[in-house]
Amino acid sequence: MILPWLILIPFIGGLLCWQCERFGNILPRWIALLTMALLFGLSLWLWATGDFSLAPAPGAAPQWAAEFQLPWIERFGISVHLALDGLSVLMISLTGLLGVLSVLCSWNEIQNRVGFFHLNLMWILGGVVGVFLAVDLFLFFFFWEMMLVPMYFLIALWGHSGSDGKTRITAATKFFIFTQASGLIMLLAILGLVFVHFDQTGVLTFNYADLLNTKMAAGTEYILMLGFFIAFAVKFPVVPFHSWLPDAHAQAPTAGSVDLAGILLKTAAYGLMRFALPLFPNASAEFAPIAQWLGVFAIIYGALLSFAQTDIKRLVAYSSVSHMGFVLIAIYSASEIALQGAVVQMLAHGLSAAALFILCGQLYERLHTRDMREMGGIWARMPWLPALSLFFAAAALGLPGTGNFVGEFLILIGSFQSAPWVTVVAATGLVFGSVYSLIMIHRAYFGPAKADTALPGLQLRELSMVLGLAVLLILLGVYPQPVLDTSAASMQGVQQWLGSALNQPVPAR
Amino acid sequence: MEFTTQHFIALLPLLITSATVVLVMLAIAWKRNHTLTFGLSVLGLNLALLSLLPALGVTPIEVTPLLLVDKFACYYMALVLAATLACVTLTHAYLGGESGKGYPGNREELYLLMLLSAAGGLVLVSAQHLAGLFIGLELLSVPTYGMIAYAFFNKRSLEAGIKYMVLSAAGSAFLLFGMALLYAESGNLTFAGIGAKLAADGLPSMLAQLGVGMMLIGLSFKLSLVPFHLWTPDVYEGAPAPVAAFLATASKVAVFAVLLRLYQMSPATAGGWLNELLTLIAIASIIFGNLLALLQNNLKRLLGYSSIAHFGYLLVALIASKGLAVEAVGVYLATYVLTSLGAFGVITLMSTPYSGRDADALYEYRGLFWRRPYLTAVLTVMMLSLAGIPLTAGFIGKFYVVAAGVQSQQWWLLAALVIGSAIGVFYYLRVMVTLFMVEPNLRRHDAPLHWGQQAGGVMLLFVALLAFFLGVYPQPLLELVQQASLVALLP
Repeated sequence: MILPWLILIPFIGGLLCWQCERFGNILPRWIALLTMALLFGLSLWLWATGDFSLAPAPGAAPQWAAEFQLPWIERFGISVHLALDGLSVLMISLTGLLGVLSVLCSWNEIQNRVGFFHLNLMWILGGVVGVFLAVDLFLFFFFWEMMLVPMYFLIALWGHSGSDGKTRITAATKFFIFTQASGLIMLLAILGLVFVHFDQTGVLTFNYADLLNTKMAAGTEYILMLGFFIAFAVKFPVVPFHSWLPDAHAQAPTAGSVDLAGILLKTAAYGLMRFALPLFPNASAEFAPIAQWLGVFAIIYGALLSFAQTDIKRLVAYSSVSHMGFVLIAIYSASEIALQGAVVQMLAHGLSAAALFILCGQLYERLHTRDMREMGGIWARMPWLPALSLFFAAAALGLPGTGNFVGEFLILIGSFQSAPWVTVVAATGLVFGSVYSLIMIHRAYFGPAKADTALPGLQLRELSMVLGLAVLLILLGVYPQPVLDTSAASMQGVQQWLGSALNQPVPAR
Repeated sequence: MEFTTQHFIALLPLLITSATVVLVMLAIAWKRNHTLTFGLSVLGLNLALLSLLPALGVTPIEVTPLLLVDKFACYYMALVLAATLACVTLTHAYLGGESGKGYPGNREELYLLMLLSAAGGLVLVSAQHLAGLFIGLELLSVPTYGMIAYAFFNKRSLEAGIKYMVLSAAGSAFLLFGMALLYAESGNLTFAGIGAKLAADGLPSMLAQLGVGMMLIGLSFKLSLVPFHLWTPDVYEGAPAPVAAFLATASKVAVFAVLLRLYQMSPATAGGWLNELLTLIAIASIIFGNLLALLQNNLKRLLGYSSIAHFGYLLVALIASKGLAVEAVGVYLATYVLTSLGAFGVITLMSTPYSGRDADALYEYRGLFWRRPYLTAVLTVMMLSLAGIPLTAGFIGKFYVVAAGVQSQQWWLLAALVIGSAIGVFYYLRVMVTLFMVEPNLRRHDAPLHWGQQAGGVMLLFVALLAFFLGVYPQPLLELVQQASLVALLP
């Protein structure tokens, strides 16, 4: 019974924020903070008490650590079906944490229409939690599309205008159109799958557990898998579909960037692991080399473009493209170690990218620019912030001791066996990673100072946010075992689905 | 044939509407009173809606060879009547109260015309005979000429009225020619009879195909499908806002319902080039409707183009024609009516009371959110619904259409639909974000301060809530539509 509340809490909290705006700007912030803290607390409690050895695996009806089902649209066999396993609880905890942070980081940044802003923020997070919980394909699509609207508003109404004359509305619209169109393709694939299942069994259903057993011709399976893959690839983002990301990031307010990089990108990886691979194992196995090379391309391309940016937020955005490339390789590697690495990498990237965006936001509040050519020499002008930036830049390049290192290491070591060349080329991404991370630090914080007035230091709120993230990142880097234990069963299932398909002889088509 | 009580009960909605027309006419002749006329119209329409309940009890029943009142007809009658009711409510707000402000000419006749047109719609949705179809269609169309040109001292309105009249007459001519060809071929005028005759012949002859093709052209004019859409934006722009709402909802619903019945009952297009033609029309409507809407800076024109695209989406379900198709059309039309009423309703209330021209330029809506939050919320929901985003009724409609398309594997149409909605999102979002832009020094057009207390405002809020509710919990609507399936009542 707790699962629907995980979704409802942000939605109700958002409405409260909106309505309480009339009592001043402070109240909505506190309501939002409490809502997110409640969500975070609940997810941690679930994490602590749940039995995460239960997870869907091939061959049997999926088992879940917690489940909730309520009929919704009976005509189509659609129900509000939520379920929780180790992977989802990790992602929801991340959502809760970043939710708290995104409320905190917009405490000073957002000054107009505070209530409406928090409504949008809460609804994004509610939609994301819905995506992580839904095991009815219609419901999944419903949340998948629904979280776009508040994100659009967040970028379009509270965003910053771009450095090269691009408006925030263009960026928001681009984001919306990319994800909406790809989402519709996924809807086509979902419906295709449902009707294939209907033709076989005569039962119209969108339930994950039922659809898992659909038998498909190889060609059909491949096309349907591509439909899912395109939607997830846009959100991921995989390189030919990535162009919305830097624009959206650069123009979004800090909270928007934090959510976008920290959580929204993870929904795509989650979708691949939860839906695309288990539903279409054979086609995915066939597609795996292509996906992995796409991942490699994303790593290198993202890193190179990241190096070329002058806008600090665009730099971090492109680095996200690069980091998510590792996750893509891992997902299609059919190795449990690599999949576990992907989970750690997702969490670590969520934390480090969020921190970098928060730092960028704090820098922007002080300098009113994101252009690194206007920065330089900040190390001498203020305490804390440059040092912390250095820490997170180092984390992003995969410094041992941080979660990113664990993630990338596991991914590389896991995929080496099945795809050595992919792994070898992907590993060079680490070198590029250090290049762009260090160049960011160099351009922004060292070098000749543009001015010698001291900048205002970090407030306690700002400092504690970033320090907290740093501590978590180190914890994840030093002792990732709790995370690995939680996701083990889920990843084992994913591995079995893809692994058994990979070991089969390729069906003749 | 002999009329029994049952026949009268089945005809009750039509009879009540027609009686209201006469009553309103007499009332106007007796004493001009805006409120009285409005009250009578609303009362009549409500009674007609209520009379659907007893009518449902006797369905399906054939009333004269011309009309067939089945659950399908009743469902669409309800849609037409509800849409007309909403339009009448909007008209009352639009024309202005008793004080000097508002529409300067005679106000009462607009209600008369609207009721007449609604009666035509009722005939049309229950037509099962080509003669019934034609009577209904003309009864629906002819009053709209007058309605569109109702603000005749405004050049645009007059121009739109004349344009619509000429093109509509051309459409009717095509329709008549087509009917004549079909009659020549099959010697029968009932839908089912034509269908049976053509099916018996195996492949329909050239003459029959030509006849059906011409009828399709005639109906495409009324539904403004590409390439017969040229009148739409001008007419939508020129017509007074509540009339445009009527045109977009009640009128189009009725025509589409009869097209669906015709298509389902006389499978003359099966296996011929006509299906490909219809597919082409659908794809062209989706793509061009959306592309042309991109360039508009006038909200009414934009909605006009978007309606072209939406009827393209509907054709996907029509062409699918199996499985979910009839249901999909029912659901989609209901959600589309709801959404269009909301969108045009906001334009109407923004232009209320009548003051020479409607507030339909996009810049007049800049920053509306900061002045009229509830009105903006309504329009936002409507735009999202038109774009088919979850949590709104439009999403359910689109989902249904896509499902029908996937079920019958119309991949080309679906590809057009995906591209079309991606383009569509762009201009719906543009409208939406305009509403929220901060523009402190522009305060030209405002909805009246107490718009929420007026009947129009209350109706609009209800529409928005309904659109939201159906988006979250569509089950009641789906059950209703499932009941309203077509019955092939063979003679």
